[in-house]
Amino acid sequence: MARSALEDMFRAIQALGYEIVGPTIRDGAIVYAELKGADDLPIGWTDVQGPGSYRLERRADGAVFGFAVGPHSVKKYLLPPSLRLWRATRDSRGAISVEAGTENPRKLAVFGLRSCELHAIAIQDKVLAAGAHPDAHYASQRQHLLLVAVNCMTAGATCFCTSMRTGPRATHGYDLALTELVGERSHEFVIEFGSGTGMRVMEGVPHRVAGDAQIAAAGEVTRRTAAAMGRGLETDGIKELLYANLENSRWDEVASRCLACTNCTMVCPTCFCTSVEDRVELGGSVAERVRMWDSCHTMDFSHLHGGSVRGSIKARYRQWLTHKLASWIDQFGSSGCVGCGRCITWCPAGIDITEEAAAIRATDLRKRRMVAANES
Amino acid sequence: MPAATRARKLKLAVWKFASCDGCQLSLLDCEDELLALAERVRIANFLEASRATVRGPYDLSLVEGSITTPHDAARIQEVRQASRYLVTIGACAAAGGIQALRNFRDVKEFTSIVYATPAYISTLDRSTPIAAHVRVDFELRGCPVNKAQLIEVVSALLNGHSPHTPAHPVCVECKRRGTVCVMVARSVPCLGPITHAGCGAICPAYGRGCYGCFGPSESPNIASLAAQWIAAGATRSAIVRVLRAFNAAAEPFAAASKAYEDDQG
Repeated sequence: MARSALEDMFRAIQALGYEIVGPTIRDGAIVYAELKGADDLPIGWTDVQGPGSYRLERRADGAVFGFAVGPHSVKKYLLPPSLRLWRATRDSRGAISVEAGTENPRKLAVFGLRSCELHAIAIQDKVLAAGAHPDAHYASQRQHLLLVAVNCMTAGATCFCTSMRTGPRATHGYDLALTELVGERSHEFVIEFGSGTGMRVMEGVPHRVAGDAQIAAAGEVTRRTAAAMGRGLETDGIKELLYANLENSRWDEVASRCLACTNCTMVCPTCFCTSVEDRVELGGSVAERVRMWDSCHTMDFSHLHGGSVRGSIKARYRQWLTHKLASWIDQFGSSGCVGCGRCITWCPAGIDITEEAAAIRATDLRKRRMVAANES
Repeated sequence: MPAATRARKLKLAVWKFASCDGCQLSLLDCEDELLALAERVRIANFLEASRATVRGPYDLSLVEGSITTPHDAARIQEVRQASRYLVTIGACAAAGGIQALRNFRDVKEFTSIVYATPAYISTLDRSTPIAAHVRVDFELRGCPVNKAQLIEVVSALLNGHSPHTPAHPVCVECKRRGTVCVMVARSVPCLGPITHAGCGAICPAYGRGCYGCFGPSESPNIASLAAQWIAAGATRSAIVRVLRAFNAAAEPFAAASKAYEDDQG
């Protein structure tokens, strides 16, 4: 598909009744927001990321998707930051009526999401939509998504999807997947179909069957990105490693830097924790329950009778990291981390999950015990 | 707090101590809710709204301001005795306010510079929060308080539930509203990671760093945040200044600002 047909793709998606959201520039970052057309995409921009640092820069070419992931993720649409669950009203005779607070799902097309995010959605599907008690709002909104993935042409300095085996090439879970080929004289996209809906979109868009050279070039794009991956996380035996190192002194060290600000959990595309708040209007005749994003980094989150179970920042950081990388595996059958690097970039203190995991591995208490046993 | 009976209106009083009146104005600012409030509450003493006053005792006293004079130190005792519930509103009442900057210096020096006849000035060495003088049932933070939280506190008392005013950092509110982090994306110094939520993260939404109006959050790691600022080029004296604003005397901020002041070499 030619670069010029991108606009036709937008129109074709809209013609199927979808609102389109995707990457666009706002407040100095590439966020997810409503897109009216292809011109709203961050054309010719890239992001320079590091621990606790994010900057936009101009690219030398006119690439449409020449950047990595920003602070937002699809989570904000599937698991909204704030959602009214119900609203109850008491009339003048004292009779109480309850109405569901959930709005009808929107037909939403997410344009330009990456492989790591497709994996994050798959993880959230397992957590929130599978099992005996699926989350009603999540499950119904999930049914109304059209996912247009983009294979990454650049790896951010905080990206480590290759370690987590979640990218950079989208392999499943999309309706359409695009690989952008920016040449000196040509600018086009190789498109892979992932669903019937995806094929229907392309019926109204000019395109032709890709040639071997284009398919090879598309494969080369993600190979180059994988080779340029900013970071790595050694996952071999990580569950056992972390379980055996709950008393490692590294937790004290990282707690001295951790702000317990919750930013890592808020930007994480798989963190799903929420809390509910009951609100009563002054008159006392209207009450509602609202669900909001919450975080294991707050004191209230583990508040039981008598106080917070995890009173120290050390206990809360350890809970977050060991859940994400270890106990998640026991609970949901996979790692809770997709290697997107958002928690590294958006940590105001620049704490790096890959560095923390590596530090625990380097000071593994089991090795010390073995050394001690050999010496005695 | 038990539910007040619906038959009798709750008797509300608003009191001012050393303050700018801004928190009281937040109550007047609750335009949409004032009618509903008037149905459940009899305003017995609120000089910003009306000269008419009703004698105590009062079901609920909202107390604004800090204690800075011997006269006010005595008056707050009277307010406490006349009140079933005493809720403080704002940073002055919770932490001493901006006027607590005197706590770090010699007040006599100030009065001798500012006033023609310092002998006429009857003031205390320190500006202290209400809770340092009397038992406080609830402290609402902010400079000024957030009007939705103010309504929440009154509503909680009227309807018999505990008020929901979380002590987690401003970052939670910032991320919920989708604001791009000003510290990460633009290196703007921001107190959000160590500041009590409640304002709805207004300043970062307009590209500014958080000023810490709601005081320290539940577990502020001030040393780590200050280290980030210093790495980004802030001086130690700049850190002392940002910690010494509306909540200068709130304990974690006060201790940290003293440490950075002593450590300037």
